[in-house]
Amino acid sequence: MSTVLHPYDVTKESEILEPLDFNRRSRLKHYDKTFRSQIINIIRLTDKEKLFHVRIIDPAERERFAFLPGQFVMVEVPGYGEVPISISSSPSQKGFIELCIRQAGVVTSVLHKARRGAIVGLRGPFGTSFPMEKMKGHSILLVAGGLGLAPLRAPIFYVTENRADFDQVHILYGTLDPSQLLFDYQYEEWRRIDGVNLAIIVEKPDKNWTGPVGLVTKLLENIDVPMHDTYAIVCGPPVMFKFVCNMLSRMGMPRDRMYVSLERRMHCGMGKCCRCNVGSTYVCMDGPVFDYWTVMNLKEAI
Amino acid sequence: MLFKIIEKDQFRRLVGILLDSIEVIGPKQIDIDKDGKPVHQYLPVRSFAELDLDYETTEYSAKTYFLPYKENLSTYRFGDAEWKQEIRYRLQPRAIVGLHACDINALLKLDKVLARDFFPSPYYISRRKNTFIVGLDHMPGEHCFCKSLGTNTVTRGFDLFLTDLGERYFVAVDSDRGYTLLQQVRTSDVTEQDTRDYLEARKRIAAAFKTEVNIQNLPNLLDIEFESEVWKKWGGKCLSCGSCAMVCPTCYCYGVTERVSMDNTEGAKIRQLYSCNLLDFAAVAGGLNFRPRRETRLKYRYYHQHRGFVETYEEPKCVGCGRCSRVCLAGINPPDVIRDLQAEVQS
Repeated sequence: MSTVLHPYDVTKESEILEPLDFNRRSRLKHYDKTFRSQIINIIRLTDKEKLFHVRIIDPAERERFAFLPGQFVMVEVPGYGEVPISISSSPSQKGFIELCIRQAGVVTSVLHKARRGAIVGLRGPFGTSFPMEKMKGHSILLVAGGLGLAPLRAPIFYVTENRADFDQVHILYGTLDPSQLLFDYQYEEWRRIDGVNLAIIVEKPDKNWTGPVGLVTKLLENIDVPMHDTYAIVCGPPVMFKFVCNMLSRMGMPRDRMYVSLERRMHCGMGKCCRCNVGSTYVCMDGPVFDYWTVMNLKEAI
Repeated sequence: MLFKIIEKDQFRRLVGILLDSIEVIGPKQIDIDKDGKPVHQYLPVRSFAELDLDYETTEYSAKTYFLPYKENLSTYRFGDAEWKQEIRYRLQPRAIVGLHACDINALLKLDKVLARDFFPSPYYISRRKNTFIVGLDHMPGEHCFCKSLGTNTVTRGFDLFLTDLGERYFVAVDSDRGYTLLQQVRTSDVTEQDTRDYLEARKRIAAAFKTEVNIQNLPNLLDIEFESEVWKKWGGKCLSCGSCAMVCPTCYCYGVTERVSMDNTEGAKIRQLYSCNLLDFAAVAGGLNFRPRRETRLKYRYYHQHRGFVETYEEPKCVGCGRCSRVCLAGINPPDVIRDLQAEVQS
């Protein structure tokens, strides 16, 4: 009587070869498949942060991989674990993605020891993105604090590559001290772009620092844009975006026009493991990008 | 839905047919507790006699056969600066006999999370589709409050569902494979008397519930009482052991860890069920913990059960099986917590 129940083999389901649709579509067979990827370049940014250029090895997979600014990937070092990392490169850049990674835990420490050529795993991209299309035609404030420049760099690329689509563009960046400034080799490039204002502030200057001193909110004081008609993307630690968003709100910007990116522990990226839940919202599926009004309504988000 | 009548001896034959071909899981008495009551678990059985279909509840839910506590997600083979990933899903068919309505409803809730919309899990789907389910009606136990949550009846998610009518079972058939299996034994069509008996039995069950919880407006209440002292009271008792999530038929939170073999040639990515009450559930690299206190973690558990899940799937995650309160060492009982919250508003 072996016919009572015929085994069902999930691997016999047809292969779905449509575009990834930014990974919002279900791909049963790719559920736990990682793209084998190679670290093709490592750029030292500060003592604790490195920028990794990562290329998916399989050409067909590489071709189909696409993401939107604000999305993240799960980076896996087999045998060590998996971490969520936001993509720091331009969505228009084909061939490889850039990941700015701070040495903080087990997996990131291993990554910091990795040499170029090492093979890691990538899953994704996951999550929501900054609504760049919606922001077109408006002025835009791109505000980062500390490591927040890593997720902000993708929208910065998007804005600078499509500069004519936006009105005024301000990039405001603050860190604790000058040694923590990320991507310092790019500031000159951003400054030279016509109609881009880049302002950088540090809290604790060293003796060579000539720029402004204080918190990033101080930079906002000098910004003169029609706030009701401006969008903001704010990336940084929760205490920082809370202050920035409250200040922007006082200056007249609607809270649902400010976008922030939340950071949580994640083990899947697919709305299953619940580790990233804020109240009841999955940061991996409904976020990491939220407008500030939504964040304010999430219990225990900030 | 198709309905049939099956004599109990024929049902025994039917289970025998299952036993001859595939693994059969069912309620099995494993011990007696301190009050002299039998203790049951869903375990593999080798004969019909090992099944105790008259059981009240099991310590663990049947979740473990669909979402095992530990599951190998993939294996890695390491070469020289290279690795290969291998993924295997469980294919062996098996049957679970005697699952109660609340537990089948729990599977339906898990289906919503793990087998629909975005990112359906092939690990889960593979196990779910390869499991033949025979459900069974039962008289509610003292702590069952599934009626309050609308999970004391079930209309899908099983292959066969039995209601005891004395010498015979009233069978609901919800799949072709269930219908096919029934044809291998002697069954009869439902008579008017059978229908009357069935409705009578259902009525008896519905009237026997001793524990009731009012979940009306609970999602809003949870929001209003977010800062309530009630959380401190119950959170203060909580030992953060995570037992409640382990026995819960719908808790699906997990963590993923990776292991490497001693000789460095193999690695494994392992999923292990986790609990939101455990200390490091929401801790991130660098030392920040988003829920460092016991009461915030306990509160989050209720939040997910009765608010978050409702928001997404329009029904609470809890099925009212009462297993978490049975297992809780600190005596935290969901109906009491919910009643406390409701009293808070009225006071």
